[in-house]
Amino acid sequence: MMRVFAALVRRDLAIAVRVGGAGGLGLVFFLMVVTLIPFALGPDLNLLSRIGPAVLWIAGVLATLIGLDRLFQADEEDGSLDLMRLSPAPLELVVLAKCVAHWLATGLPLALASPLFGLLVALEPAALGRTALSLLIGTPALAFTGAVGAALAASIRRGGLLIAILVVPLMVPVLIFGVAAADPANAGRDQALTILLALTLASGAVAAIGAAAALRGGGQ
Amino acid sequence: MLTRLANPGFFMRVSGLALAPLAAAAALLFALGLYLAFFASPADYQQGETVRIMYIHVPAAWLALFFYSIMAVSALGTLVWRHPLADVSQRAAAPIGAAFTLVCLVTGSLWGKPMWGTYWVWDARLTSVLVLFLMYCGVLALWRAVDDPGRAARAVAVLTLVGAVNIPIVKYSVEWWSTLHQGPSVFRMGGPTIDPSMLRPLLVMALAFTLFGTALHLAGMRTEILRRRVRSLTLLQAERLERAAA
Repeated sequence: MMRVFAALVRRDLAIAVRVGGAGGLGLVFFLMVVTLIPFALGPDLNLLSRIGPAVLWIAGVLATLIGLDRLFQADEEDGSLDLMRLSPAPLELVVLAKCVAHWLATGLPLALASPLFGLLVALEPAALGRTALSLLIGTPALAFTGAVGAALAASIRRGGLLIAILVVPLMVPVLIFGVAAADPANAGRDQALTILLALTLASGAVAAIGAAAALRGGGQ
Repeated sequence: MLTRLANPGFFMRVSGLALAPLAAAAALLFALGLYLAFFASPADYQQGETVRIMYIHVPAAWLALFFYSIMAVSALGTLVWRHPLADVSQRAAAPIGAAFTLVCLVTGSLWGKPMWGTYWVWDARLTSVLVLFLMYCGVLALWRAVDDPGRAARAVAVLTLVGAVNIPIVKYSVEWWSTLHQGPSVFRMGGPTIDPSMLRPLLVMALAFTLFGTALHLAGMRTEILRRRVRSLTLLQAERLERAAA
């Protein structure tokens, strides 16, 4: 079981590195969003540092959405998804492995690089650390939630926009608690961090079952 | 009873008989409810005449949730029993629920302008209804995106159930985030806090809305069943023509 899991994660990571350069591109996109917002709001550093965690989180949500449309669709097109459906390993495990690989390729680099980008929006050192921590804990939930939408749209051509419409409403709680946990001035920040962790674990379970059901339904 | 009703042919016969009385009852209750709401009930001592918006707004909000529950139950029917009638029920419920959610949002913001001084505030209840509306939009978009009705039904069923798990989470997280809307005043511990002179029209309107919604749902299901028959007949005919040509 664990061997299948590890093999799938390794395979997806290798594809991400060799084909799309997913991690790097995601980071560039993240940087773009963070750069755009000061242009729209004006260069007022006080304002930027106040909304900085929110900017980083919104950039994180958008960067997660970018790669989702290929999460299952590429495998559906070249037939490897059929092999995964036929394999003795449960489809739920396959989904989890693919989510973990997706997160390692997009969410993790984003969380690790967020202190650097936080400097661009004039975050205080305390806020830098907390934003990175909240992104580290919260981005897996975004990847899991997104996987359900990606599985539903796996066989739909040009499903990218559809995926965004399907999953963004479901990402609202993660965003709320993520931003709350990132704000060092918020009294309920530790509570928010705990709830964020709970959301990540719960969405992992929901994604495994939901996305696997969606993939099974799409295969017939 | 339920298994017999689940036969599409039997369903078509029973729903055909039930539709007219149901619609008539809804119309009568609407007439009574609107009379009670607009003429026979007092204006609020604080809100004045605008309180009458509530008689539309609150039932619409109830039905917005009611139709999501219908979709969720039908989704179980689709995934567990693979029943075509459950697919049809899911499909018919989605646009009706979305419409009631929109009615709820629009009447709410019309009420908010004179009362709160703004059409929209980022308050917990408003926001969670808005998220519910976005979920309905997602369901409708997914129905349109998949061609094959059986596959579309299974995909939407998964989405609906995932959404149903998420709705309470969204509701509580948004409440944690911000709250301004008044708390519940009809279904609460210790009985309703609303005056009977206003509760009566509200309940009549709620019943009227429910009957109206059910009638719409039945009509929508009948249309969908007929649409599927037409579809399969067209496919059969196309096959026959193709065979004749070959």
